[in-house]
Amino acid sequence: MTLPRDPVLLMLLGTVFTLLVVASIAGWAIGHVVTSDAARATMANVNARIRAWWVMAGVFAATLAAGFTWSILLFGLVSFLALREFVTMAPTRQGDHRPLAWGFFVVLPLQFALVWAGWYGLFSILIPVYVAIFVTIRAAIAGDTQCFLERAAVTQWGLTICVYFVSCVPALLTLRIPGFEGQNVGLLFFLVFVVQLSDVLQYVWGKAIGRRPLAPSVSPNKTWEGLVGGVLCATAAGTALWWATPFSPFQAAALAFTIGVMGCAGGLIMSAIKRDRGVKDYGTLIPGHGGMLDRIDSLCFAAPVFFHLTRYFFAR
Amino acid sequence: MIAAAVAGGVRLLSGPGVEWRCARNSDAQRIYFANHASHLDFVVVWAALPPRSRQLVRPVAARRYWEQNTVRRELARHVFNAILVDSGSGSASPQEAARATTARICGGMGDRHSLILFPEGTRSPTGEVGAFKSGLYFLARCRPEVELVPVHLWNLHRILPKGEWLPLPMLSRVVFGAPLTVRPDEEKSAFLERARAAVTALGDGV
Repeated sequence: MTLPRDPVLLMLLGTVFTLLVVASIAGWAIGHVVTSDAARATMANVNARIRAWWVMAGVFAATLAAGFTWSILLFGLVSFLALREFVTMAPTRQGDHRPLAWGFFVVLPLQFALVWAGWYGLFSILIPVYVAIFVTIRAAIAGDTQCFLERAAVTQWGLTICVYFVSCVPALLTLRIPGFEGQNVGLLFFLVFVVQLSDVLQYVWGKAIGRRPLAPSVSPNKTWEGLVGGVLCATAAGTALWWATPFSPFQAAALAFTIGVMGCAGGLIMSAIKRDRGVKDYGTLIPGHGGMLDRIDSLCFAAPVFFHLTRYFFAR
Repeated sequence: MIAAAVAGGVRLLSGPGVEWRCARNSDAQRIYFANHASHLDFVVVWAALPPRSRQLVRPVAARRYWEQNTVRRELARHVFNAILVDSGSGSASPQEAARATTARICGGMGDRHSLILFPEGTRSPTGEVGAFKSGLYFLARCRPEVELVPVHLWNLHRILPKGEWLPLPMLSRVVFGAPLTVRPDEEKSAFLERARAAVTALGDGV
């Protein structure tokens, strides 16, 4: 349907792999230079993260190259893995079993099928409206009223964050932007690249010069210095990618900035949930990073905002 | 082949993290005893074992459940090689029934098979580890050279609670602990409490 314009995709993926090569060499070299135990432990973690980045970038690149349907399947799988981690740590009761079964086996596949079919009208309200109604009815029929409101919120939030928000990423491929037909993979790449780069750069800036914590009771690692440095650098990188998008350089900068800020906010929200539940990570799927949800927390909250801004201002 | 497919499917669905705190590959005869919360439990333990052990291990399971239909019966007989026992006492006194069951299980072990056993005898609805029945003690007395390996299953009571038929694909954990043996002068109740504590302790910090 929307096959990538090959030279562009190759250049984009080439950029990522160049960055990874540089990061791998730098990580290896710094790991050999540092002397203190704490620094060595940090570098071991950083190098584990870089190795995981290779795998994630490889899977992402292969799926983008494989085309529209495969991209939707990949994000469907990401969504499934995230929802599984979310529900595992959430406080559910037996009365939530059937509603959650509907979520896993009906809502999730249906949402991605709607993306595939390009049915925006239903895609955009399935979870906010119909899940809110019908899955909650199922929970009421199950008859367990203890903590009903909290449990309904857990189901609704789980499906919103892990399914609805994640499905906004491949939904970028279905936007019809005049003069940009067949090149939407650039949009998807722009979002994922900027949000993940912003995460990495916030971490690097925070480690390097971070002093003032952003929200110490939620996430001790997030600092104002990290946020500003990371988001500004990611904005610069996003601006430099304007040629792969339908945006002008100025528009690309504004959107990259928004993505970076939303990503940081997403990380903060997902950290607050973890803190509330008393867990450090959502899972152990990705070495050095934690679970799938730990890796995509920022993407979850940046994707719907980026999708709707792009749709409103650029799509036909 | 069916066995490998079933093991792979179960691992995919229940996403277990498996942790070994004893030797993973061992030729010793073992009794893996675990807490019980769902019908998936023994398949999850079985799927977590290395393929070689899987061929030699025999789960002890309730006849009433596993002979209910043809698919289950064939799975129990040919894939899992289960030892099916009657959970009801029938006409005999409970003590006699327990003795007969122990003898049956002992016979089923022979000199090469290991066992998967759920000493609570019934599924716990909350994931709490309930009191152990005597079977484990009698087996340990009958086969003192066998390694008794405590196993903790985490989150299975939420994946497939009592009364539900569709498992939710949540994450689970299987932890294999250090083997126990029954001490020569150990009382039944003391041993069962120690075994239960070993299973419970493996669940701490999971």
